[in-house]
Amino acid sequence: MASYSTNEFKGGLKVMLDGDPCSIVENEFVKPGKGQAFNRVKLRNLKTGRVWERTFRSGESLEAADVMDRDMEYLYNDGEFYHFMEPDTFEQHQASADAVGDAAKWLKEQDTCTVTLYNGAPLAVTPPNHVILEITDTDPGLRGDTAQGGNKPATLSTGAVVKVPLFLEIGETIKVDTRTGEYLGRAKED
Amino acid sequence: MSDNTWRPTASIAALQQRADLLSRVRGFFAERQVLEVEVPVLSRRATSDPHIDSITALCNGDAAFLATSPEFGLKRLLAAGMGDCYYLGKAFREGEAGGRHNPEFTMLEWYRCGWDDRRLMGEVGDLLGETLGISTVESVSYRELFRRQLDLDPHTASDSALRNTAERHLDLSFTPADRDECLDLLMSHYLEPRMGGGITLLYNFPASQAALARVVADETGRPVARRFEAYVGGLELANGYWELTDAEEQLRRFQADHRYRGAHKLHVYPFEERLVEALQAGLPDCAGVALGIDRLLMLAGGYRRIEEVIAFPIERA
Repeated sequence: MASYSTNEFKGGLKVMLDGDPCSIVENEFVKPGKGQAFNRVKLRNLKTGRVWERTFRSGESLEAADVMDRDMEYLYNDGEFYHFMEPDTFEQHQASADAVGDAAKWLKEQDTCTVTLYNGAPLAVTPPNHVILEITDTDPGLRGDTAQGGNKPATLSTGAVVKVPLFLEIGETIKVDTRTGEYLGRAKED
Repeated sequence: MSDNTWRPTASIAALQQRADLLSRVRGFFAERQVLEVEVPVLSRRATSDPHIDSITALCNGDAAFLATSPEFGLKRLLAAGMGDCYYLGKAFREGEAGGRHNPEFTMLEWYRCGWDDRRLMGEVGDLLGETLGISTVESVSYRELFRRQLDLDPHTASDSALRNTAERHLDLSFTPADRDECLDLLMSHYLEPRMGGGITLLYNFPASQAALARVVADETGRPVARRFEAYVGGLELANGYWELTDAEEQLRRFQADHRYRGAHKLHVYPFEERLVEALQAGLPDCAGVALGIDRLLMLAGGYRRIEEVIAFPIERA
């Protein structure tokens, strides 16, 4: 496997650190005018999601991690594993609940997700930035209250709970930003 | 993005601020009768500093080097009787690139004959105060800063105490090799970020970090380097010395740098023997300081990254 030197570190680069695959978040070159050069690097552990900071001597290198992001279609959950399919090869991958993590609450069958593969196996799943989901439970809507700012919790078909405006009803479909959990609007496709 | 790489990374407003800052710096020295001089940017001799690398060029078929600072040229002028003078222009350092570094940068360096480091620190404070509109200046010794923040005397703490402190506060991928590496780590990663927003003038560095400063006993009798650094909001801006004028000591330091570079498998380039000759002829007692203009501009304009104040950083140069 290739390795990367500190001067090649940049956001998104996948490297091995302490035996775990990591994604570089930030790389800051630190050098006192008359002192030694270091690189202060923020990394996200792709297994745990934890971000931490480590200092390297400039010129040190890290082994590349065999990690790649693939767009895959979410198929179904069999109770234990989440199944995804590569759209061009139809190759299927099963991801554990650990790998799927918080993304689980946004997964809708046939949506395209980004699956991060580590040594060929799913390590993490990133849902689409925007998903369209049906409201399965919420308090009754308040008619005519389309201008007021108030909101209420609504449970969606995938189990996620988001805040929605008071006028929305069970059965309506809405668009949500999965990065923030924010309600974006009623889905237009209905 | 890639189709727009012909454009400057700095805004037109930032470049106007640059022009204004350069003219104010020149005004500051004109008023104080310090003369602007030029020295070579392209030289047959490289820096010997163990932690700074020269960029190699080819000139008339032979190796030449881009100046990492105007220091040697300015000192030769001082020895020739130039008097108080400054250089405001480009300097180059290999491998230095990041949010606060560009391999090509603008440096201001000036010398004051008959002054020591303490007096020059005052003038650095004046220049920074005038250009940044900051009136808070704190002078603190290297020892005092370490004592205050880390409860550690950087001159007398044992090697293992220094290493433990560095490893306790920082997550390192390596074991620090020596005292200076521990001190550099603590300074750049721990102490600088904790400096306040005003001007901090740090003086009396460990003798092992003297570079070209005199080493003199401090009030406790400990030999310290009469070297200082200026910071604003934790950003290192300037490095100054009460200059070494002893030719033999200068030669010993060049040789020590060569040994260090050789032992650490770094490039060993010919050192500037003409500086030793100039010191033999007689360098007036003086203090000198170098200041990064790009960083000063970052602070003056509230810019976070150096490419916001340089029209064409190396990625676009």
